[in-house]
Amino acid sequence: MLSSQTYLVVIGAGPGGYAAAFLAADLGLEVTLIDKETNPGGICLYRGCIPSKALLHVAKIISDSKSAQNFGVEFSPAKIDAAKLRLWKESVVNKLTGGLGQLTKQRKIRYIQGEAVFLNSNTLSIKKSDGATEEFTFQKAILATGSRPAMIPNLPSSPHIWDSTSALRLEEIPQTMLIVGGGYIGLELGLAYHELGSKISVVEMLPGLLPGADRDLADVLARRAKTLFDQILLETKVVKLTPNSNGISVTFQGKDGKETSATFHKVLIAIGRKPNSENLGLEKTKVQLTGRGFIKINAQRQTTDPNIYAIGDVAGDPMLAHKASHEGRTAVEAIAGHKVAFEPKAIPAVVFTDPELAWCGLTETEALKQNIEVQVVKFPWAASGRALTLDRTDGLTKMIIDPKTERILGVGIVGVGAGDLIAEGVLAIEMGAVASDLKLSIHPHPTLSETIMETAENFFGQSTHIYRPKKS
Amino acid sequence: MLTDYKLPGLGENIKSGIATKVMITIGQVIKKDQPILELETDKAVLEVPSTLSGVVKEILVKAGNEVKVGQLIMKIDTSDVSGATAKAKEEKPVTTIQAASSKESEKKSSLTSASSPKEETIKAEPKFESPSTTKDVPAAPSVRRFAREIGIDISQVPGSGPAGRISMEDVKAFAKQLNTSGRSSSGAATIIAKPLPDFTKWGTIERKPMNMVRKKTSEHLAYAWSNIPHVTQFDKADITELESLRKRFAKKAEASGGKLTITAFILKVIASGLKVFPQFNASLDLFENEVIYKKYYHIGVAVDTDRGLLVPVIRDVDKKNIMQLAVELNEIAERARTKKITIEEMQGGSFTITNLGGIGGTAFTPIVNSPEVAILGLSRSMMEPVYVNNEFVPRLMLPLSLSYDHRLIDGADGARFLRWVCEAIQQPFLMDLGG
Repeated sequence: MLSSQTYLVVIGAGPGGYAAAFLAADLGLEVTLIDKETNPGGICLYRGCIPSKALLHVAKIISDSKSAQNFGVEFSPAKIDAAKLRLWKESVVNKLTGGLGQLTKQRKIRYIQGEAVFLNSNTLSIKKSDGATEEFTFQKAILATGSRPAMIPNLPSSPHIWDSTSALRLEEIPQTMLIVGGGYIGLELGLAYHELGSKISVVEMLPGLLPGADRDLADVLARRAKTLFDQILLETKVVKLTPNSNGISVTFQGKDGKETSATFHKVLIAIGRKPNSENLGLEKTKVQLTGRGFIKINAQRQTTDPNIYAIGDVAGDPMLAHKASHEGRTAVEAIAGHKVAFEPKAIPAVVFTDPELAWCGLTETEALKQNIEVQVVKFPWAASGRALTLDRTDGLTKMIIDPKTERILGVGIVGVGAGDLIAEGVLAIEMGAVASDLKLSIHPHPTLSETIMETAENFFGQSTHIYRPKKS
Repeated sequence: MLTDYKLPGLGENIKSGIATKVMITIGQVIKKDQPILELETDKAVLEVPSTLSGVVKEILVKAGNEVKVGQLIMKIDTSDVSGATAKAKEEKPVTTIQAASSKESEKKSSLTSASSPKEETIKAEPKFESPSTTKDVPAAPSVRRFAREIGIDISQVPGSGPAGRISMEDVKAFAKQLNTSGRSSSGAATIIAKPLPDFTKWGTIERKPMNMVRKKTSEHLAYAWSNIPHVTQFDKADITELESLRKRFAKKAEASGGKLTITAFILKVIASGLKVFPQFNASLDLFENEVIYKKYYHIGVAVDTDRGLLVPVIRDVDKKNIMQLAVELNEIAERARTKKITIEEMQGGSFTITNLGGIGGTAFTPIVNSPEVAILGLSRSMMEPVYVNNEFVPRLMLPLSLSYDHRLIDGADGARFLRWVCEAIQQPFLMDLGG
């Protein structure tokens, strides 16, 4: 058994882990990066963000090609070569992960393909992909082990029950699919598979889709989803899943307690994700967990064991790749002795459905819950020139503003390209911008970004393209 | 019309005080300049006058509250003013000093207690602190990071931008202000208060609260001592001739209301000396890496009072003659002792003299009065045998102890300055020969 030492070990090479390792190398630290895969990328690149967005891009093309008939351009219905689609999706993943592998080598980071467990606060045991075991002593460690799909307890084993990983494999396009969970993963995959030809149903326990988002934003998506999906069952629970010859028989329980059943070829469980904090040997260190299984950390992302830091999905909500990479960089800077803290004022969230949703900072829902006095201003995309040229006026830009100081507290957008528009909102909040700053910044015409400027104008009752005078 | 009345500025570096007495009631008709609030600050209790006339409609402070400059104190209905204008009163608020109670001392030391958790532990392992819910501070990420790097709690920084937005300059200004106001800033002076043992284990004790003067002196000197690398140089000046001169003119001074002391003469010598050695009349700006040379000559003179040590400042010493200095010194020291001195009269000094000769002692190591860079201590003059012209003659020798900030002043300069002072005392024409 080999025994080696390293200064900094990063466990997990997802967006958090590899961002941390790369910065560490750039700062001159000696780094070892460990992951199960041949190249860095983690869930995000291999089985999450990247393949799903590639798939959603294709889904949008198919959807747009159908709408084109409204403009006098008619395409015959798309013929889908699932194998070719799968190959293209895999090529995207390979290109990105391969590129990360290159960057790892360029930075002279020691990359070990394997799985690590802690023997104590200074030693890891790594089971490598070639079967050998290697022990590593380290000065500092960053845990970036991520998360996995949460599963309904006591699930029968069946190839017809999918999670996000299986769904992204694109092994087949089911005739009918039930999506359990009306959150962003379920809806993204549901819309993608709908365009590929599946008939989609969604079941959600709570009264609305996308529970984390403000209702006015979620409703815009829900309205479109209603026209595309077979059924959307809200306030409904799944009580039983029984595999049969055709697929899965599902028993639902509605709000009124009545039970109904239906059969689907595939059932996709998308009820959330759980942190990967077990089976790491953490009990042999001073690391502590929270009640929900996240790793307890301070503002520098250091755990209760001073040698060990934790970032990303395993360290807490929101479980987002960009939060992980920023945490990773903060942890590395703290390890390098810089006086830093992870203290963002706005972490954006994006749902890559069609239309997209994106929000950052304080939501209207949160403001109400915390009893914070805010003013909410909105700009409907029906009044946006660009939205009309795209024939996608199903959109809304909104801002949550402090009525006393004019400061932007939150931004929310639903509409095509919302994900690419939200960064301006993040910058505004981080910089402490006030509504006047956005109103006075020239946004190009005709673009969707103008809706942000016009929302700010609306705060003063002076939005050019809608008439809504401020009540004095 | 209801007008807001906010606490006006009280002088440099005074940001707040404790309202010891509210002198008005709701419904009372008040006139401009009428005192409305008794406020205890660093070393003085002063009365805050109203700048408005009218009827008091709302009083927003209570006795015992801490009030900050700019804070809303009361609301007055100014439309209710009677025609008569207030009589012209003296500009400075009348000071009536009372012994300060220690109750409010907790609030005042809020800046000193804002130390980072690292300072409280002696071991290398930092205390684990769960991330606090990030306070809503309108500052760009780069500004927040900068503040953290220089050890400033950004939530304390006042922002000058719209909606209180905090810029890089705001952080720098705040840090500079912390540094110069003589309060300890987290990260710089480490004032680690070790827990005391239980003294009752060994006998009876009596606890007495520290008065305001003692508290302020304690903080100020702790800061000065831990931040300034002190060197003290000792020398002696032959004041035999000076002493006979002083005796000759003593009665004349008394007639003018002054007491002609050695200090009055030394003040004049120092003022001239500071012109020859400008680095002794300066301050260090370590944020900008600059030396601030003062072109004015205001010298503080330490006065022992029953409340503690106070340092009234004589302004423009270079422009006054010794008789005038003697009169002013006597008068201001008297006011310090009888609690009639104002805060302003104790601010603005660029050098300090402390004379313990009246009590005794041969030499001592005074502490530099930060943000100044030098202080001259005088001890008791003694008849000593001095070797002159192959024989010992009795001469009256005055011991001088000069402490200075070695960051700015080197040993050679210290020695040169002190030697110059001694020689100028012995041969006053040196003062006008330009050194």
